[in-house]
Amino acid sequence: MSAKAAGATPPQYVITAEDLTKTYGDVTAVDGISFSVPAGESFGLLGPNGAGKSTTMKMIGGVAQRTSGSLTIMGLDPEQHGPEVRAHLGVVPQQDNLDEELKVRDNLLVYGRYFGLPMSYLRPKADELLEFAQLTDKAKSKVDALSGGMKRRLTIARSLINEPRILLLDEPTTGLDPQARHILWDRLFRLKEQGVTLILTTHYMDEAEQLCDRIIVVDKGRIMAEGSPASLIRDYSTREVLELRFGSERNASIAGELEGIGERLETLPDRVLIYTHDGEAALEEVSARGLRPLTSLVRRSSLEDVFLRLTGRSLVD
Amino acid sequence: MTVLTQGHSVTEEARNRRFGPLYSRNAKAVIGRGLMATKSSNWMVMLSGFFEPVLFLLSMGVGMGAVVGSVQGPGGQEISYAAYIAPALLAVSAMNGAVYDSTWNVFFKMNFAKLYQGMLYTSLGPLDVAMGEIFLALLRGLLYATGFTAVMGLMGLITTPWALLMVPASVLIAFGFASFGMGITSFMKTFQQMDWINFIMLPMFLFSATFYPLSVYPEYIQWLIQAMPLWHGVELLRQINAATFTPATAVHIGYYLVMIVLGLMLTTGRLRSLFLK
Repeated sequence: MSAKAAGATPPQYVITAEDLTKTYGDVTAVDGISFSVPAGESFGLLGPNGAGKSTTMKMIGGVAQRTSGSLTIMGLDPEQHGPEVRAHLGVVPQQDNLDEELKVRDNLLVYGRYFGLPMSYLRPKADELLEFAQLTDKAKSKVDALSGGMKRRLTIARSLINEPRILLLDEPTTGLDPQARHILWDRLFRLKEQGVTLILTTHYMDEAEQLCDRIIVVDKGRIMAEGSPASLIRDYSTREVLELRFGSERNASIAGELEGIGERLETLPDRVLIYTHDGEAALEEVSARGLRPLTSLVRRSSLEDVFLRLTGRSLVD
Repeated sequence: MTVLTQGHSVTEEARNRRFGPLYSRNAKAVIGRGLMATKSSNWMVMLSGFFEPVLFLLSMGVGMGAVVGSVQGPGGQEISYAAYIAPALLAVSAMNGAVYDSTWNVFFKMNFAKLYQGMLYTSLGPLDVAMGEIFLALLRGLLYATGFTAVMGLMGLITTPWALLMVPASVLIAFGFASFGMGITSFMKTFQQMDWINFIMLPMFLFSATFYPLSVYPEYIQWLIQAMPLWHGVELLRQINAATFTPATAVHIGYYLVMIVLGLMLTTGRLRSLFLK
């Protein structure tokens, strides 16, 4: 049965986690989280460093054992059927672990052999993936010679060698320059269009907004909120945000004088945020009160604001 | 261009294979990777591992041998000093090759290249990785042993066709050291700790009755030496080269078989606890 015919029937979940918990000694990295991911969805775990995102990814990949709770991937428990579950997965780890002793194309071939796939399948597949990753002219290069963005694309190409149904991406664009990020997003978007289920962790709100159908906001191992990027912004923030900077000395002291403007006020060390439906009107009101900020900016609300609202902290520190 | 083709048949076939949690019967993929990586590696390093025991044989066997004259072999017969130490040096070279491959190489792949993490995110289990890496160490041991046995033949130190059995026996010795070496390496976190391996290997090389018979030691030292793995390898090869087989031969072989099984258990268990925690 193909996924297309599933319109009337309830969604077919490829991942189901219930009360998933992982402790390392006294530290609780993941604290009872539950979620389900239907086939073909692009699902994001958004949270700061140390929120438990990578640990959750490791449990899905079957390379970290959960402390309690249940987890099924394609109907299988990754702890009991590690190799079998991983045959369905493509994994892009946070740090590239390409085989530096092998050339670019050989990296793909050898990785495919780890899945027990025959060379007759792998040779054309490797060429196809090199083209997909825009690395065809680098096929015979050493991995060393690739730029950061190229290495990342090769790692993604490698993760696709076994035609995975689920692609796990742990911080896929961390450390890349803007241009390299956009190329990568484009490639990931194509995969999504082809029906691959994407599970990605990120602490970049723009990445989550670009790529994810649905997000869970994670902090300290717990789910703070769940929904589509747009619905999260709608539910937890206002339409617009007015950012004011009065200089690091004065931001806190001036906050009192801003009382009553907009719906909500958030004072950060470097700026004051005013949440409102109409940023320009709020800015006029600020001027009318005789306050002169060093800089002012009206922008749309983002997931960053959602996170700030939920946890009282910034996403990227 | 599509990345996901409609016909999943080939992948499905691989997916539907029966997997244990530790072993997916695919150590050959790890071996294939090793052979491919060897193509780009430094051949001088490979060659130096072969020449080291040959140089020892020339200096000690031929040089010292001129002073020492003939000594008593395992069967009580008089043999040249070179013929006495040559099998011992072959055992040492099997040990060195296996230990180098299974310790320094593995240490690097584990801690710096992150190779095993990548492998274990595929269908490979820890036992596939351990067996593949150990097999590569053995292949290298086999090449060294074959070459060294050929040198012994050219130097006229081989007098019996039984001596050809030294090659598989060397592989057995290498297997014992490689399976243990990889397990022990998994505990190592720093280069300083790796130095401890040399601290154990060098005395074992010098004192395992390599250059003189065990009888020179007081009895309690003899027991200590006999507990060490290299002594069993030295004695085994010496017996084979003299075509003198005794019940002790079986003990030497048994020692290595036990070492191999325990080493594989240790290595697999360690890989499992390191990467599948």
